[in-house]
Amino acid sequence: MSNSGTSLKTYALTRLALVVPMVLILLTLVFLLMRVAPGDPISAALGGHVPASVINQIRHQVGFDKPLYVQYGDYLWDIVRGNFGTTITDRRPVSSIIVENGGATLELTIAAGLVAITIGVVVGLLAGRYRDTWVDVGGRMFGIVAYAMPVFFLGFLAQLFFGVYLGWLPVSGQASPITQAFLPVHTHILFIDAIWARNWAALWDITRHLILPAMTLGIVIGGIFIRLVRVNVIRSLKDDYVEAARARGIGERSVVYHHAFRNALVPVVTVVGLQMALLLGGAILTEETFNWPGIGQTLVKYLENRDYVGVQGIIVVFALIVVFFSLVIDFVNAFIDPRIRY
Amino acid sequence: MAAVGAAARSSRRGFGSRLRKLWSPIAETQGLARVMLVAGAVITFFFVVLALFGRWIAPYGFSQYQAGGHRFPQLAPPSGAHLMGTTVESDDVLSRIVWGAQTELKVVVLALVFSLMLGVPLGLLSGYFGGVWDRGLVLVMDAFFAFPPLLLAIVIAFLLGSTVSSSVVTAAIAITVVYVPQYFRVVRNHVISLREETYVEAARALGARPFRIIHKYVFFNVVQNVPVIATLNAADAILLLAALGFLGYGVQPTEAAEWGYDVQRALSDATTGIWWTGLFPGLAIVILVTGITLLGEGLNETINPVLRKRRVVKVVFPGKGTGRVE
Amino acid sequence: MSVVSVRDLRVYYGTPHGPVRAVDGVSLEIQEGETLGLVGESGCGKSTLGRGILGLLPEGAAADGEVVYGGRNLVTLAPRELRELRGPDLGLIFQEPMTRLNPLLRIDDHFAETLKRHEPGIGDAEARRRSLDVLGKMGIPPTRFRQYPHEFSGGMRQRIMIALALVLRPKLLIADEPTTALDVIVEAQILGILADLKAGFGTALLLITHNLGIIAESCDRVAVMYAGKLVEEGPARDVFAEPAHPYTRELLESTISLATTALHSIPGAPPNLLEPPSGCRFHPRCPDAMRVCVEREPVELRLDGDRRVECWLHGPEDQVSDEGRRELVREEIAIADEA
Repeated sequence: MSNSGTSLKTYALTRLALVVPMVLILLTLVFLLMRVAPGDPISAALGGHVPASVINQIRHQVGFDKPLYVQYGDYLWDIVRGNFGTTITDRRPVSSIIVENGGATLELTIAAGLVAITIGVVVGLLAGRYRDTWVDVGGRMFGIVAYAMPVFFLGFLAQLFFGVYLGWLPVSGQASPITQAFLPVHTHILFIDAIWARNWAALWDITRHLILPAMTLGIVIGGIFIRLVRVNVIRSLKDDYVEAARARGIGERSVVYHHAFRNALVPVVTVVGLQMALLLGGAILTEETFNWPGIGQTLVKYLENRDYVGVQGIIVVFALIVVFFSLVIDFVNAFIDPRIRY
Repeated sequence: MAAVGAAARSSRRGFGSRLRKLWSPIAETQGLARVMLVAGAVITFFFVVLALFGRWIAPYGFSQYQAGGHRFPQLAPPSGAHLMGTTVESDDVLSRIVWGAQTELKVVVLALVFSLMLGVPLGLLSGYFGGVWDRGLVLVMDAFFAFPPLLLAIVIAFLLGSTVSSSVVTAAIAITVVYVPQYFRVVRNHVISLREETYVEAARALGARPFRIIHKYVFFNVVQNVPVIATLNAADAILLLAALGFLGYGVQPTEAAEWGYDVQRALSDATTGIWWTGLFPGLAIVILVTGITLLGEGLNETINPVLRKRRVVKVVFPGKGTGRVE
Repeated sequence: MSVVSVRDLRVYYGTPHGPVRAVDGVSLEIQEGETLGLVGESGCGKSTLGRGILGLLPEGAAADGEVVYGGRNLVTLAPRELRELRGPDLGLIFQEPMTRLNPLLRIDDHFAETLKRHEPGIGDAEARRRSLDVLGKMGIPPTRFRQYPHEFSGGMRQRIMIALALVLRPKLLIADEPTTALDVIVEAQILGILADLKAGFGTALLLITHNLGIIAESCDRVAVMYAGKLVEEGPARDVFAEPAHPYTRELLESTISLATTALHSIPGAPPNLLEPPSGCRFHPRCPDAMRVCVEREPVELRLDGDRRVECWLHGPEDQVSDEGRRELVREEIAIADEA
């Protein structure tokens, strides 16, 4: 019997161990970046008309008056306990911001991610298989233009066509105010909450609001996937075992689907994970374009208000999410490809 | 045989025929790769011309809202006087497109230069000498690399905004920080694989000093990769700059026209069905990025042997028994 | 009874500079159960010949001539029908075993796929039984049937490849440099297996290699190829004892053994297949070249003992004038640049 079971476990542990230094460095990086800016963050955040006593009080509350290394220690210790700080301007704990607004961003990124993967894999596979035919050319051009399209421009066009000219779909917000007023909140992911409450009208309303933002972000990211999948399919079709399979008389269809495609998709799984970073960035832009109440929009608000703590907290969470996802992707990879396990 | 002779001759003629050897895969491209290369080059060239000669091409200044004592109409649709219409601030859209080209290219070229100046030498040295500095640098670069690019750029722009006076420089630095890890990583990986090559080992065994080895063998080899990466990076950088502009952290409107910023202002126009303020800047971004990407992809197809498809000629069999070469 | 009959086969690759004549008019017969060795330098076209028989040529290559199997000409056969033959009738194993198995599939999946493709009605149990049977003959234990390719060494992977090719009991197995990438000890094992094919499976073998020693050990007959042409063919023992063609003779003299005291090599380099030399392709490097060798291509001659050769040294007498028989005087061969 093969020992793939234990080696997967060993791989998991080793990989987890490697995450710790990476996370530490990321956290330190964010800490340093935030402290590098000149000027006083507190007064910058609160504006010029607040009396000095209030400023000092808040500075003391936030801990900015302590020596740097103490701040660093507190910062790390807080994060370990799940405390990402409390914003200066509106005194919200960052962790509750994540929970309340995170649901919206999650809804958006998952929907967009599904769209992107579907487009990317389907078009990429076809383009690679029928290389240099019209299918390939069309697919590649679509991929290039889709990626060249800034998310906010595609959003602008979508709003113009589907919102204003055709009037089919809403262009702003996650759901209409009525829906939001009457929907009990459990997970903060409105889609799931609607299903939970069996409120089908609300679900429909939410879906209608989700379509444009998800398609917009999904198409743009999908454009990248197309290029990637295509290159991998082409490379796979040239691989030696493909030729060997042909020499055994395996039909072209089988060769393409069972051998080439499966192997081509292996590295794609990795890159899907890496695109998490792009998805998060794109989510920020999409949320701004469609007035979507997610963490991205919140981050922009705190940036505008120069709320250092808010900005720092949210960025830390984003960085941790990215690290977490790359970990998950590595595990999925090791599961799929037996060669990777240490 | 022909190739062998050419190689022998080239060492005497030097640069001229080295250029020719570089050109031959491009000349041999077939079909799509060639179309992409040409189309990409034309589009990119068009925008470069716009950028360089904007001063003489644009009808008006980038934030000019009046001429000859008359204020321009607000939100006027495209017409003879204003080919692409005007904005809510009475700026001529066409002019802003042209000036915007200059902004985009200025920032991206600046960012590219910074990135190359930082990333390539660091990658070379780190890859070649290894050791504790290398490990440390790799860890730091990977950390930067792990950040969502837009996030990192926003933060840098946000932090530098108050100190650096020119938003063009700020934006360029923000973009540089995002891309240096990429150049570093690519160069370093290439150097490491080269370091193990037998001819480098041989040079070391003969006692050549490290800088000589880097200069003679490693540098040119590695630099060959750079054009393709730089081109694809430039496309990315423009999207990043536009995104920064959209969010308000890119080039500030007081300093220059920027397409991303224009699209952001046009969002509110869209609700009333006004399309020209957003369509043209957006299209400009799409077309320029597409052009640069086509250029990069075309180059990649020609240079990268995995993807390259040599021109295949149909075989005709001469009659039997002639034993002669056709 | 000949299994495969190759008649005047030509395989050219199309390039912008003209066709590369990898195989230029080769004829040979492979008998049932016989082991035929095909030997020649790198780039002489032997691999192309092997693949050309199966029709497994890359894009841009074209074939002309006849490859007769089971009464049909494989060169003109429709691709779909040719595919039917690959596996149950004709097999091919490759040089580099490390990359020839799909890393994501287990060994049993490879076998199941092959068997079910050509014998759709076959049940799982039967497929498993036959696979294990063949693998067993190759020395792979049943306990390893469910493992992944990367868990096997190079030699074992090659044995798996051979088993995979033989599980369908083909009439002819073409082995393209099967041991070149393996070390000597493993090579000996693989050769032992290949030598037993006739006994164990009744399969004929076309063994392609550049190593004369292998041929001497394992093959009944040998065919020598040079620059896309077959220069000599016959029973291995006889050809090696008394080579008819100068190239074969030079090859044998270049082989290193414990008795070697000085290195012998054939001067010059293999010719450019885009513009081969006129007349006999070997003439620029042949120590016995005559005038006629430059002017005309030699014709095929049958010699005693079921041998063939293409060389003006052996005649036919009536086609060579006295003038043509004079020794070829040529300028100093240019020192070979790196090929």
